[in-house]
Amino acid sequence: MKVPKKKPKKLIDEKDVRLDGRGLNELRPIKIEIGVLDNADGSAYIEQGKNKILAGVYGPKEAHPKHLSIPDRARLRCRYHMAPFSVDERKSPVPSRRERELSKVIRQALEPAVFVEYYPRTSIDIFIEILQADGGTRCAAITVASLALADAGIPMRSLVAACAAGKIDGRLVLDLMDTEDKEGEADVPLAWMPNSNAITLLQMDGSLTIEEFEQAVNMAMEGCKKIHELQKETLKAKYVAVKEEVEE
Amino acid sequence: MKSPIMIRVKQKQIAELVSLGKRLDGRELTDYREIQLEVGVVGRAEGSARVRIGKTEVLVGTKIALGAPFPDLPDRGVLTVTAELTPLASPTFEPGPPSEDAIELARVVDRGIRESKLIALEKLCVDPGKNVFIVFVDIYVLNHDGNLIDASALAALAALLNTKMFKYVVKEGEIKVKPGYTPLPVKNHPVAVTLAKINDKLIVDPWLEEEQVMDARITITTDKDGNICAMQKSGYGYFTMQQVLEAVKIAKEKAEELRKLVVKG
Amino acid sequence: MNLPVFYERREIVTPGDLLAEDDYVAGDNTYKKDGKIYATRVGLVGYENRKVFVVALKSFYVPYVGDLVIGKVVEVGLGSWLIDISAPYPALLRAADAINRPFKPQRDDLPSILDVGDLVMAKIVAYDRTRAPLLTIREPELGKVKRGQIVKITPTKIPRVIGRQGSMISMLKRETNCQIIVGQNGVILVSGKSPKDEQLVVMAIHRIKEEAHTSGLTDRITQMVKSEKGSVESA
Repeated sequence: MKVPKKKPKKLIDEKDVRLDGRGLNELRPIKIEIGVLDNADGSAYIEQGKNKILAGVYGPKEAHPKHLSIPDRARLRCRYHMAPFSVDERKSPVPSRRERELSKVIRQALEPAVFVEYYPRTSIDIFIEILQADGGTRCAAITVASLALADAGIPMRSLVAACAAGKIDGRLVLDLMDTEDKEGEADVPLAWMPNSNAITLLQMDGSLTIEEFEQAVNMAMEGCKKIHELQKETLKAKYVAVKEEVEE
Repeated sequence: MKSPIMIRVKQKQIAELVSLGKRLDGRELTDYREIQLEVGVVGRAEGSARVRIGKTEVLVGTKIALGAPFPDLPDRGVLTVTAELTPLASPTFEPGPPSEDAIELARVVDRGIRESKLIALEKLCVDPGKNVFIVFVDIYVLNHDGNLIDASALAALAALLNTKMFKYVVKEGEIKVKPGYTPLPVKNHPVAVTLAKINDKLIVDPWLEEEQVMDARITITTDKDGNICAMQKSGYGYFTMQQVLEAVKIAKEKAEELRKLVVKG
Repeated sequence: MNLPVFYERREIVTPGDLLAEDDYVAGDNTYKKDGKIYATRVGLVGYENRKVFVVALKSFYVPYVGDLVIGKVVEVGLGSWLIDISAPYPALLRAADAINRPFKPQRDDLPSILDVGDLVMAKIVAYDRTRAPLLTIREPELGKVKRGQIVKITPTKIPRVIGRQGSMISMLKRETNCQIIVGQNGVILVSGKSPKDEQLVVMAIHRIKEEAHTSGLTDRITQMVKSEKGSVESA
C-alpha cells in the first residue's frame, strides 16, 4: 500500500536546491561493487541514490533453444526485471510491458559495445534485477550491466555509461529521481560510449523545445562522463588485487 | 522477431546507394513513400483509420468504455494502446503473446499521444475516483514493409480525430447513455518521424530492406507547436550527437508535412 | 621515434581505454579504429616493439588448436560424442578420432567406449569459430579418465597454479606424489596413490584460487601442504 505523501509544491527552491538537496547539475551519490555474485560469469551492483540494482552476466555459451542462435554473431539477451517489493505498490513479478520494452532498449544500448561477432551462435545473457527503484533505473541498469559484462571478460569496444537529464519546474536538471520524474515536465535518458562519442540509448518523454532538448542531451552527456570515470576507477580498484597475483 | 538473412550483394547495394545520396526505390534520402489515408473504415469502432506508407499497411481502431481510473489520477480518463503484429502481415511474425517489438511499437505510439496530451483526458472523467472513460487505441499491422511506427502513429492520430464520444447523463448516481455522439476532445496533433542510419547517413521512412541493413533507428515525435514530445532510439548501432540533432531538425519538418495529411485546415 | 602511448607498461586498463596511436599493431585483447588502439578487456597493458596488447585479468576459455583440455561427455551421437569443455562451444569428438581402426557402426558401440558423464582428456585438432571445435583422443595419455579428482579454475589463474618456471606445480607433485594435469580450459585432474593425497592437492588448488592475489603464495602453500601431511601421518 502507498502511504499518502504530500505532493511537493516546488521541486526546486529559490536557492536552486532540489528536494534531496542536490544542485541542478548534480548526480546522486553512486556506489558500485564488482564481482558480487558467485555463480555468474560476471556481476556488479550499483546504488545510485535510492536505486539498488544487481546485474549478472552468463556466457558466451551455447544458445538455447538452438534455433535462436545467430549464424554470424552472439545473441545478446537482456532481462530487466523489478522485484515486487522495489516500489511503493507491490509490482506483480510477471514482466510488464514497460519491463519488456526496457529489456529491449537496454540490450540495444549495450550491443554496440560488445564484440558479438567474435562468438557466433552463442548467447550472452544479461540479467538485471531492480531491488529498489527511485527513478532512472534504466540508466543505472546500463551503467552496472556494462561493468558486469567487463567482469565476465567479454570483449568490449568501450564501457557504456548512462544518465538522464530532464526538465522540472521549468528548469533543466541532471539525474532525475522518482518524484522529479513523475512531477516534472520531461525526461531524457541517454547512454553513451565515450571513445566513439556514440549515443546508444536515447529516449524522451514530456515536452521540450528543440533548444531545450539539445541542452538536456549535453547535460546528460556530462553526467555520463562522470559516471564513466567512476566505472573505470571501480573496475581498476577491483582488479588491482588480481594484478598483484599475476605479477608475483 | 527473427529477421530473414539478407543477401550480401543487396545489402552492399543499398548501403552504397545511400552513401551516394540515393535509394533503391528512387527516393531522396528525406522522402517518404506514398502515403494513403482512409478514416472511418470500421463502422463498429468508435474511430478508425487505415494508413498505407508504400506497401506498409496499418489499421487502427479505437473503442471507448467506462471503467475505473488509475488510483493516482482519479479525475483523468485512461488511455490504453496495444499493437498486434498480425501473422498475416509478415512471414517473420508469429501468432502468440505480443513480442518485444509489438510492445515497443505500442509504447512508442502511446508516449506520443500521452506526452503531447493529444486527448483531453481531464474531460473524460464522469465520477472522480469511480468512473471515467477509457480510450482504447488498438494498432493492427496488416502488411509489414518497414517503418511500422510512423504508419501506426499516423493512423492512431487519424483514428482519434475520427473518434466519436458517447453522450450521457448521470441520474441518481447512475450513468445513462443518450442517443447521439460528440467528437472526442483533443488538444494536440503529435506526429512520429523515423530515421534510419545507414553508412553514417540519415534516411527518412526506411522500408523493410533498409531496416535490415540499417545500423540504428531513431523515432522523433513532435507536436503541433514543434516541441519534441517523445523519442526512441532502436537498433544495434548508435548515433552521434550531431546525427541526433540533424535527425530532430528533419523530423520536425517532415512532421509538418505529414500532419497536413491528417489535420485539414 | 617517439610514438604516443598512453599507459605505462603493466598498468591496469579497462575496455575502451585508448592505449596507443598511429603506427602500432593491435595485439591480444585490443582493437584498432581510425588509427587508434583501444583495450577490449580489463587487464595489464604491454608494449612489444610495435605491438600493443593487454594481458586479460578476467577471461574465459576459447579453444585453440593443440590445447590439451579435460571435458565431460554430454551426448552420444551416431558417429560422434559431444564434449563439454567449459568453452562457449561444446566440442565434437568423432568416432574416427577415438578408435584405432575404421569406424563401423555395426561393430563399434560408442557408449561402451565413452558414455554420457565420462571424463575425457583430449586435444583440440581443429577450430575456426564457424563450427564446433574438433577433438582427438588418438594419442598416448589421452582418452577416458578412469580415476582421480577434478578441480575447475578460471583459465587466467592457470599460471598461478603452475607457478614461476613450474615451481608451484612441481612442489605439489613432489610433496604429494600425485600426478597433476592442467587442462588449458581450466580443468585440473589430480590422481594419486590415495584419495587423501588427492584431497590435499585439491585443497591446495582451492587455496591458490582464493589467495591468488597475495604475495609469498608458493611458500605458504608449501607450508600448508607440509603441515597437513604431518598431521595426516601422525594421526
